[in-house]
Amino acid sequence: MTTTVAKDAMRKGDKTVIAEGTRMIPIYVMGKRYLVPETLTIQKAMEYAGYQFIRSCGCRGGICGACATVYRLEGDYKLYSGLACQTVVQPNMYLVQIPFFPANKVVYDIEKLPYDVTAIQTTYPETFRCVQCNACTKVCPMDLQVMDYMAAAIRGDIEAVAEMSRSCIMCGLCTSRCPAETNQYNMAELCRRLYGRYGQKKSQQVAKRVEEIKAGKYDPMIEELQSLPLEELKKRYEEREWEPVISEGWEPKETKYL
Amino acid sequence: MGYTPEMKELIKKVEATRPARVERVKQGIQFPKLSLEEAERRLKTYHPDYKEEGRREFKIGPNKGDGHTYPDEVVDLFEAKSRIDPDIVDLSKPDYETDVLIIGGGGAGTTASLFAQENGMKVIIATKLRHGDANTIMAEGGIQSADSTKDSPYYHYLDIIGGGHFTNKPNLVKALTLDAPLIIQWLESLGMNFDKTPDGEMRLLAGGGTCRKRMHSCGDVTGAEIMRTIRDEARNRRDDITVLEYQPAVEIILDEDGKAAGALLYNMETEEYSIVKAKAVIVTTGGCGRLHIQGFATTNHYGATMDGIVMAYRCGVPHCFLYATQYHPTGAAYPEQNVGLLITEKMRTAGAQPVNIDGEEFTFPLEPRDVESANIIRECMDVGKGIPTPVGRIGVWLDTPMIDMLRGEGTVERDFPAKFIQFKRYGIDISKEPLLVYPTLHYQNGGVEANEWGETKIPGLFVAGEVLGGIHGENRLMGNSLLDINVYGRRAGIRASEYVKQGITLKKLTLEHVRAYHKELKEAGIETDRISPMLLPDYSNPEVRAKQLTARYFGTLR
Repeated sequence: MTTTVAKDAMRKGDKTVIAEGTRMIPIYVMGKRYLVPETLTIQKAMEYAGYQFIRSCGCRGGICGACATVYRLEGDYKLYSGLACQTVVQPNMYLVQIPFFPANKVVYDIEKLPYDVTAIQTTYPETFRCVQCNACTKVCPMDLQVMDYMAAAIRGDIEAVAEMSRSCIMCGLCTSRCPAETNQYNMAELCRRLYGRYGQKKSQQVAKRVEEIKAGKYDPMIEELQSLPLEELKKRYEEREWEPVISEGWEPKETKYL
Repeated sequence: MGYTPEMKELIKKVEATRPARVERVKQGIQFPKLSLEEAERRLKTYHPDYKEEGRREFKIGPNKGDGHTYPDEVVDLFEAKSRIDPDIVDLSKPDYETDVLIIGGGGAGTTASLFAQENGMKVIIATKLRHGDANTIMAEGGIQSADSTKDSPYYHYLDIIGGGHFTNKPNLVKALTLDAPLIIQWLESLGMNFDKTPDGEMRLLAGGGTCRKRMHSCGDVTGAEIMRTIRDEARNRRDDITVLEYQPAVEIILDEDGKAAGALLYNMETEEYSIVKAKAVIVTTGGCGRLHIQGFATTNHYGATMDGIVMAYRCGVPHCFLYATQYHPTGAAYPEQNVGLLITEKMRTAGAQPVNIDGEEFTFPLEPRDVESANIIRECMDVGKGIPTPVGRIGVWLDTPMIDMLRGEGTVERDFPAKFIQFKRYGIDISKEPLLVYPTLHYQNGGVEANEWGETKIPGLFVAGEVLGGIHGENRLMGNSLLDINVYGRRAGIRASEYVKQGITLKKLTLEHVRAYHKELKEAGIETDRISPMLLPDYSNPEVRAKQLTARYFGTLR
């Protein structure tokens, strides 16, 4: 290990380093052939080929759903999908990005919906047209069990929909493939909010602390810190008591600021 | 794919020391924390902010001669011309009129829109990409709020101000800590999902630099869950909240009295400019990771290019703390496709330790972020115990398999589902193999100068979120930015509404401040064809670019 390697390593920014001897492979962007280094993601390969993104590019880290991409491989009838920022190119990949797909987003008042299946029936009735074909699950770039959460929704199991759709990035690929024209991801968003609002119990401790703060309990403590000379403030900072990693049964010794 | 045979060989050294390290953590024994003095020495020697090369002073505007140097990548944006010549804009015919214009559709902007709407305002959100395309959606670990019985806003305040090297603006910290439980309760009421016990209490974790467990989370998708929830709510209020996507602001418009009066928008798809006339303007444009300061990779969103600070500066609003940039200690360094990807601090709060090539601990895992980053850089650069990657990057191990050993089989997959899949794609099972990490550009720290209601020196101009400077001083702790976007989004939304309700009469709209800025550039002898705000980073391929014989790049955009 030498320092020169390390210093150089810091200066590479977002540019993917293409190792010497990397093989160039053909990919087909909307049918047009480009030769790109085989180690790149679809997103970086398209930039390498000369594209500048306005759409179809977001977090560049696999969580925002902007760069949903569908592709086929030459000689293979199957349809594949992935996020362009996360999927490495393959030889003879025919791809297109789906930056937007129209979906039904229903306007509702969270305060006025019941916590049962009727909430889904009255907002997204098309959910019940689901034919359980599994096209949504197959296309999901996050590997969610979309069809299963649709089944849970039909049963009225809102909690299961919330749990099973937790990592949904709302890219819309499921909706694009649905023969029953359902809007899986917007329906799942509704269920997550219903679950958070009505399914999960409210934290009593948070409510209690809000009341304490409103009553002004902590104002003098903060003002005390604000009035301290810097050296005294530093001392208090350094002398803080630390809650251990595994802290069941632990109680702080200092209690007057709790 | 997965790790190379050479790397797999090195991982054996990590495996060899792992059982003993797990045992020590169980007994509460960790690598010792640095004292304040030692930490300061470490920062001065190893943190990128303290390097002299690649930095310069501001030569124009309110921060001229303020005694600080700033990264060249930042100063370049301010020593640049507007996208537009004010002489060719007809401000007499606005395309949109509204009470409150919000520039930026991330977490802070969306929260501000909800509170402005509740206070009777008609709102327009103008945003560069899609509604919700922001760093908020990428924040993983959690949101801080001192509501546990073993914690209080007193300790939250102390942690924040110490983490920021005692430079933070005290009133901004006070508002942040005292509003925090209120925000958690508000998010609960909107239906945000939290990691809770069956009786509804929060499953809390610690973060770097926090002496108590006060991190509230939703798996490792906390920011995404916040963004999805508040965006859905804004869409439910679409009669009052209009969202203009792919239409960023490129200049703030003032009226002849110097009040904020709207903004000039640029439709990036049709290349058309339009004018919004508004009684109040809230800037919520986020951070700047895509400037790739000092060539570092970043965890930030594609649109994080400091636009709001540039626009406010042209109106005469100073910035503060922009000399300090936050490097997240643990960005992915391997595989190449994931470089820069955020590895949430929650991994370390759950028990994963950073270890070197010999499988040895070398830092307390939960130092404040700047100190943790400095320790990792030192281990690689100076001690020479980093791990090289096949393309010549370097990193240290983050020993994630410790998490399952400490908290039970399956914890990694359950609590870090997004991260688990992002590495599984490349043949790395992070519950069995460690991750390779290196510091990466993460947070702006500094921003536009404003008070605890987000008010700037320009009447009617507010800021909230990452674009607002001073809350975190020189260094932010984990979980306080998801908090500040909500706390200050709410505050700016409420205060902007109050401001509008007192009866605002706008005089003639003007871009005179842009003319004046251009003049100041010229007088300072700054000859440049740079354009700002940048809007999007330049990732063009130089070889292709050389052959784009008739293409015209205006700034970074073609």
